Amino acid sequence: MTFGQLNAGSSDVGTPGGEDPRNLALQSADGLLEQNDEASIEMHEVEGLSLGRIVTRRFFRHRAAMICLIILAIVVVLAFTSQGIDAFGVQIHGWWMWTYAQVPDVINGGEPTLSLVPFNIGIHPLGQDTVGHDMFAQVMRGTQQSLMIVFLAGIVSTFIGVTLGSIAGYFGGWIDAVLMRLTDITIIVPFYLIAAIVGQTVGGAGPAFLGIFLGALLWTTLARLVRGEVLALREREFVEAAKVAGASDARIIFRHILPNTVGVIIVSATLTMSATILTEAAISFLGFGVRSPDTSLGLIISQYQAAFSTRPWLFWWPGLFIVVIALTINFIGDGLRDAFDPRQRRGLTRRARRERAMEVERATAAAAGSAS
Amino acid sequence: MSELLRVDDLKVHFSQRGFSGRKRVIRAVDGVSLSIDTNEALGIIGESGCGKSTTGRAIVHLEDPTEGRISYRGADVTHPDAAARRAFNEKVQFVFQDPMSSLNPRMTVESIIAEPLRAFGAWDRVTGPARVVELLERVGLPAQFASRYPHEFSGGQRQRIGIARALALDPELLVLDEPVSALDVSVQAQVLNLLMDLRRQQGLAYIMISHDLDVIRHVTDRIAVMYLGVVVETGPADEVLDHPLHPYTAALVSATPPSSPDEHRERIRLQGELPSASNPPSGCRFRTRCWRATEVCAEVVPPLEPVGDGRSRACHHPLDLGMPTIRTESAA
Repeated sequence: MTFGQLNAGSSDVGTPGGEDPRNLALQSADGLLEQNDEASIEMHEVEGLSLGRIVTRRFFRHRAAMICLIILAIVVVLAFTSQGIDAFGVQIHGWWMWTYAQVPDVINGGEPTLSLVPFNIGIHPLGQDTVGHDMFAQVMRGTQQSLMIVFLAGIVSTFIGVTLGSIAGYFGGWIDAVLMRLTDITIIVPFYLIAAIVGQTVGGAGPAFLGIFLGALLWTTLARLVRGEVLALREREFVEAAKVAGASDARIIFRHILPNTVGVIIVSATLTMSATILTEAAISFLGFGVRSPDTSLGLIISQYQAAFSTRPWLFWWPGLFIVVIALTINFIGDGLRDAFDPRQRRGLTRRARRERAMEVERATAAAAGSAS
Repeated sequence: MSELLRVDDLKVHFSQRGFSGRKRVIRAVDGVSLSIDTNEALGIIGESGCGKSTTGRAIVHLEDPTEGRISYRGADVTHPDAAARRAFNEKVQFVFQDPMSSLNPRMTVESIIAEPLRAFGAWDRVTGPARVVELLERVGLPAQFASRYPHEFSGGQRQRIGIARALALDPELLVLDEPVSALDVSVQAQVLNLLMDLRRQQGLAYIMISHDLDVIRHVTDRIAVMYLGVVVETGPADEVLDHPLHPYTAALVSATPPSSPDEHRERIRLQGELPSASNPPSGCRFRTRCWRATEVCAEVVPPLEPVGDGRSRACHHPLDLGMPTIRTESAA
């Protein structure tokens, strides 16, 4: 971009505008490099990678999320191997000496036999209840059931919430009105009433049914949040740009709007999943969810709440697992949200940023040279 | 040169419900006629709220025209069906004012520029990335920027990305909605030069909407001056800006600061505010602020009449062509 070329440009439109200060600015702009944002020095490592791989890589760099993912994986493996799998006709026996349904003799009032110094697991490490059930077997079985319910409910509620919320927000008008009234109805109908009716009709439903059932009722918050986000994003210029570029409605929703709502979706979905553990406990307590002799974490807690002062271990262990599951899911969600956000600066050292900045400057200089 | 796009008596009205429940109609654009030839650069100027952006947005169907007709190469595209709209958008693209919000923050530059190609099924795994690199180079950005995200770029670079996206389908017409008003002067110059180069090299036509008279003078051949939803004057850019016929154009030109301390300008100060677009004045819309207004202005709407030399004006009391120019150079 030379000054001569500029003059050629302006004589094109017939202006001998030499006295214009803009042209002076043009002159000084000649050779002037564009200033780069501080932000442009990020993400050296993402060069040339697909979005999926960038997200994975950034997620693995999120320390808290990685630790939580490992802990959750240990919990899952422990729960499913120790008690085996007994669902959908598949039966695999676990490695633990008791199953959740066995009733051995009560030893020493059911006190836990686990001791750390000297380390010894004993015969009932987490104790026994009044009848004699082994608490480790009970808690592991409960964890299995609760995990299945939580993940199913999370998937179902996220799917319904995101679908309805984005359709309502994007299309607006009567579609929005109908879908939002549907949401309002779902919110105002008493949750435990539906649970009671469905519980009575189906009776002792398995975790799969329970998870889908909970998911089908817990999507309302997410639907409203997604709708709100979509309403705001729909007015943004990049959505209009996509329209001018010829993108279809589905393409605009899936490629332009929803990726920008990932933060809200993940946060809301993980919160719903942790809340589901407690909701499941409540409806199991009322007798509409998982029923004895099968068990879930919520059911164990509600069954033994009277024993809190005399046999606290009946309370501590299932409680600990509920907390661990809820916490790890939330931290993993946090890590996922950060990984999906391209503006995150996590994971670059100061020196890497400086090198990155110099590289950007060189590239810009080269481009400015070749463009003119 | 053949006629590319023609807008006849375009009206875009927005209805708004007030607190009282009464419907108010905002006449953002109220009878605009324009035409643009191939490889021509048309400027639309006017103050904020005069409907220039709405006109541009209606041309690319971001707003629905209430009345009027838009035709492209003779074919009516006022209310196109989905297929006609796609065909139209393949040839007419839009560049947005704010380069920050017109790029999706979650997409890489490559996916942003490739979006029109993908939407039109012209994306190919092998040739696609090469095409993106070619577009980046055409707007003066290095190829390695393709895998970066919009937040990593400065305003000028982002606007170039926006232009590269608009060029992806090899359009014949670009509608630019204040493409440089969010940029500082030195970067403005780079973007404007880029546009002029593209026009020379590719035979592109563009409609540039701006409130900056110097920008418009620099890059366009012909301009249309808008006031309160109507065109009040059109003609070759230099002619109109140096010898305005319509009092409003004269006031607009005189409001621009002189570009040199040796230049002397008579400042025309307009009285009052821009009237509401929901209740425009009768007759000539400018009469409430015009120092030359008489009774006839309140009663008869002045038509946009050609006066020779490719110029037209809508005024009952135009400034004479022979009158001393507003833009005077006093010899040092």
